[in-house]
Amino acid sequence: MTAPPADAVTPARTAALAVRDLHVDFDGPEGPVPAVRGVDLTLNPGEVLGLVGESGSGKSTVALAAMGLLPRTARVRGSVLAGGTELLGAGEKALSRLRGSRVAMVFQDPLSALTPVHRIGDQIAEAVRVHQDVTREQARRRAVELLDLVGIPDPARRARAYPHEFSGGMRQRAVIAMAVANDPDVILADEPTTALDVTVQAQILDVLRTARRETGAALLLVSHDLGVIAGMADRVAVMYAGRVVESAPVDALFAAPRMPYTIGLLGAVPRPDTGGRPLTPVPGSPPDLRKLSGGCPFAPRCPLADDACGDEPALTGTGDDHDHLAACVKTPGPGLYPVPEIPPATAGAEAPRSERPAVLRVQGLAKTFPVFKGTAFRRRVGSVYAVDGIDLDIRRGETLGLVGESGSGKSTALMEILRLAAPEAGEVEILGRSAAGLTKRQAHALRGSVQIVFQDPMASLDPRMPVGEIVAEPLRAQGHGRADAAGRIPRLLELVGLEAAHADRFPHEFSGGQRQRIGIARALAVEPELLVLDEPVSALDVSVQAGVLNLLQRLKRELGLAYLFVSHDLAVVRHIADRVSVMYLGRTVESGPVEEVFARPRHPYTQALLSAVPVPDPSRERARERILLAGDPPSPAVRDEGCRFRGRCPLYAALGDAERSRCEGVRPAPRSLGGDQVAACHFAAG
Amino acid sequence: MTTTATVPTADPAASAPPAARGRGRVALRRFAANRNALTGAVVLLLLFLLAFAGPYLTPWSHTDIDYSALREAPSADHWWGTNRIGQDVYAQVLHGLQKSLLIGLLTALTATVLASVVGACAGYFGGWTDRIMTFFIDLLLVFPAFLIIAIVSPRLRERGWIVFVGLLAVFGWMITARVVRSMTRSLKEREFVRAAQLMGVHPLRIIARHILPNVSSFLIVDATIAVGGAVMSETGLSYFGFGVQPPDVSLGTLIADGSDAALTYPWMFFFAAGLLVVFVLAVNFLGDGLRDALDPTSGHHRTRRRPRRKGTTHDRAAR
Ligand code: SF4
Ligand code: SF4
Repeated sequence: MTAPPADAVTPARTAALAVRDLHVDFDGPEGPVPAVRGVDLTLNPGEVLGLVGESGSGKSTVALAAMGLLPRTARVRGSVLAGGTELLGAGEKALSRLRGSRVAMVFQDPLSALTPVHRIGDQIAEAVRVHQDVTREQARRRAVELLDLVGIPDPARRARAYPHEFSGGMRQRAVIAMAVANDPDVILADEPTTALDVTVQAQILDVLRTARRETGAALLLVSHDLGVIAGMADRVAVMYAGRVVESAPVDALFAAPRMPYTIGLLGAVPRPDTGGRPLTPVPGSPPDLRKLSGGCPFAPRCPLADDACGDEPALTGTGDDHDHLAACVKTPGPGLYPVPEIPPATAGAEAPRSERPAVLRVQGLAKTFPVFKGTAFRRRVGSVYAVDGIDLDIRRGETLGLVGESGSGKSTALMEILRLAAPEAGEVEILGRSAAGLTKRQAHALRGSVQIVFQDPMASLDPRMPVGEIVAEPLRAQGHGRADAAGRIPRLLELVGLEAAHADRFPHEFSGGQRQRIGIARALAVEPELLVLDEPVSALDVSVQAGVLNLLQRLKRELGLAYLFVSHDLAVVRHIADRVSVMYLGRTVESGPVEEVFARPRHPYTQALLSAVPVPDPSRERARERILLAGDPPSPAVRDEGCRFRGRCPLYAALGDAERSRCEGVRPAPRSLGGDQVAACHFAAG
Repeated sequence: MTTTATVPTADPAASAPPAARGRGRVALRRFAANRNALTGAVVLLLLFLLAFAGPYLTPWSHTDIDYSALREAPSADHWWGTNRIGQDVYAQVLHGLQKSLLIGLLTALTATVLASVVGACAGYFGGWTDRIMTFFIDLLLVFPAFLIIAIVSPRLRERGWIVFVGLLAVFGWMITARVVRSMTRSLKEREFVRAAQLMGVHPLRIIARHILPNVSSFLIVDATIAVGGAVMSETGLSYFGFGVQPPDVSLGTLIADGSDAALTYPWMFFFAAGLLVVFVLAVNFLGDGLRDALDPTSGHHRTRRRPRRKGTTHDRAAR
């Protein structure tokens, strides 16, 4: 490994964190499994270094190794210097002195960093007292200050709360407060916002920026989200198969990537600001690190691969550019990945929208769950209004994106629709027939026309069934004979880009993207008219996700399908949907054609949501103005007479008293705001 | 992407499915490839052969008494010796083996089927079905099974050993059923079951095709243990005078009779005991193999490990 350090300018001694030739192997049942294979990173004081990669690329392992937090089964070689002190091989005692005071860590799951049985304030005070010689009282005061710094309202009172009383976003804030408690030189953040909703993610990223400003610490931000990296990082290192394959200043990396993998990644990620651009998927899936053959690990997926790639290329710059390094022997030109062709829509779907038949119409759908208390005598003490007024309208050949954060009632709404029975309130009409009046037989027949694709392709496929039988199952359920069903399997598998010969394999023998294709083939088997896609790509890596999205688009055009596409990822929705419907706490707050809603959101919630979505474009990220929403969504157990968004609404905060009372007392009805766009807000500008 | 623009309809020419091999065929192939399973199956088959064809090879039947040969060691006349009243041990052991094979296997099979049906239905349907079935299970659990069999079996003696199998099974399935029930309840929340529900698959079909295959590993392990358990309970009951009664014999009664003489006249004990051990071992091997064959993920490592070590990478890459 003769690769020069990722950044030759700063010697390892003065860098805030210097990782040199880091190797990590995990013990496996069949010998050691490499996870990190020679990584060099330099984090300059005060700098933000983004570490991106897909799952299994080893990016989190690097961060954990630097903190000495890997399990015992890991074998670590190399060197990690924090301000001149070697962390690898340092004793547990020395490490715990360094942890917190020099290097602090923020995890993806804040619960793992907080002890459930101690108050938040005490835990932060404890962290202060470990490294600083202060009295208990001083430490406690410092804890409150820190909670204030990370934007926790009413910090003195909240310091006495327990972790479970905090929401996910608040916990992550508390963890950040703990991380900065001792003024560290380096903060390692491992996917700090991955488990959070978009609006909360924007808050947390903001807190991280504040924390950095206050402490002047350098930040190593590990993330799979190119948008988050674009908005936060000064420099970016891209990891693939346990190595850094490209490293560059953020602008250079996004504007002119040099490694084919990075190029592929950037071409595959959907963007919330540009819709129609076709995604270029990277073929194949990441390699199994146990089976690397020694050449460029990307070669099996690389369109440029040839004999010259037989040796693993080192990370090098071109000419005298020592800032932009890539591990590739070639200089890829433009148009590296073929742009997939999406066929034109079939004839029927071209008709103007209003003339096309409605596939699904939902009006005022509601669903409440009772809340019980007591164990011996269970009594109902209230209700959760999970869905409280949802309107949807999907025409033939159209994709409706249903967006909402967790707790918005998306999944409940889906299940209510798919139940094909009379809803608690409101109306569900599928293919022109009201779900309320269906006989058992009619409902069964209708099931053939509405199919669902689930989020987690592994969980939604029976592990004990060969793929052929899985795909044939809906056919058999709809009364097709065994031979008839079996006859269709090969073509169904080919339709979704799998091989017919795979029919007798089992789900676990496929990669994530392939499994999702199996799920799609199963849904298509009975020639449905409406496909309900419940977060179909959110379990997949970006490079694989693009292929599945393209497949969905192609199938829709070819077969004239209608999609109800549920997602929390607005960029994906922007890419695939024709129309979008935004939910907040069980209610539809805005809907309309996707271009219009994304270009001119009318409802204050939609505005905030869209402004919070990170864009994988550093210059745009810097120029963007964010509307940061305060707090978290309130509990859905309270039936609100007025607008449910009131507590967080920036528009409401700016209103006069008379107008406010309308928001408080009158439930905003959906209002048409020019063209097709509808928003449920009294004061949304028309 | 050159796929044509229609959802595939059945092509009569392709309706003989070349690729879509069913789960049963796959399992069979995997079973045949499993050496343990095959050994178990062959040994079990040989035991049956021995038990049912073996008695024709000797002039003695299990009731015959040879007064000229009491407690005689194995000889050309009495292959496995005689017992204390001059009965031929070979004939007796084989007859006992017949009984024990049938009682053990049938009891385990009946109990497992009963347990899986009741447990899966209770867990899957929930509500009143669940409550009634659980009540029934609990009721049977608190019954003193031994006592009831002891009381009932003398009255049913004329109907023979098959009633005895029924009795043993009826009191041997409840705990298994409870486990199946709770496994079903968690399986029911899994997405693939929900997917099947939303496709309109009939509930009983879901139980048969999704729930039971996914609890099969447990059921098989449980059934193999139950085989040994049934033979043992039968022994216990017979010892106390219920169950198999003289002049009828089972491996259990033979072992009980011969155990005193195990050291002095070993042939009276060891042939029966040895066959019992072989029987239980064979069932275990068979169950193990069956479990691996039905679980597509289990044999994966075992069967592929060797080529992988040699550095074959293309089988993954080809996918
Ligand atoms: S070294 Fe070869 S295979 Fe690897 S990324 Fe460059 S061109 Fe592709
Ligand atoms: S109705 Fe009032 S509170 Fe609700 S979104 Fe509009 S301005 Fe905000």
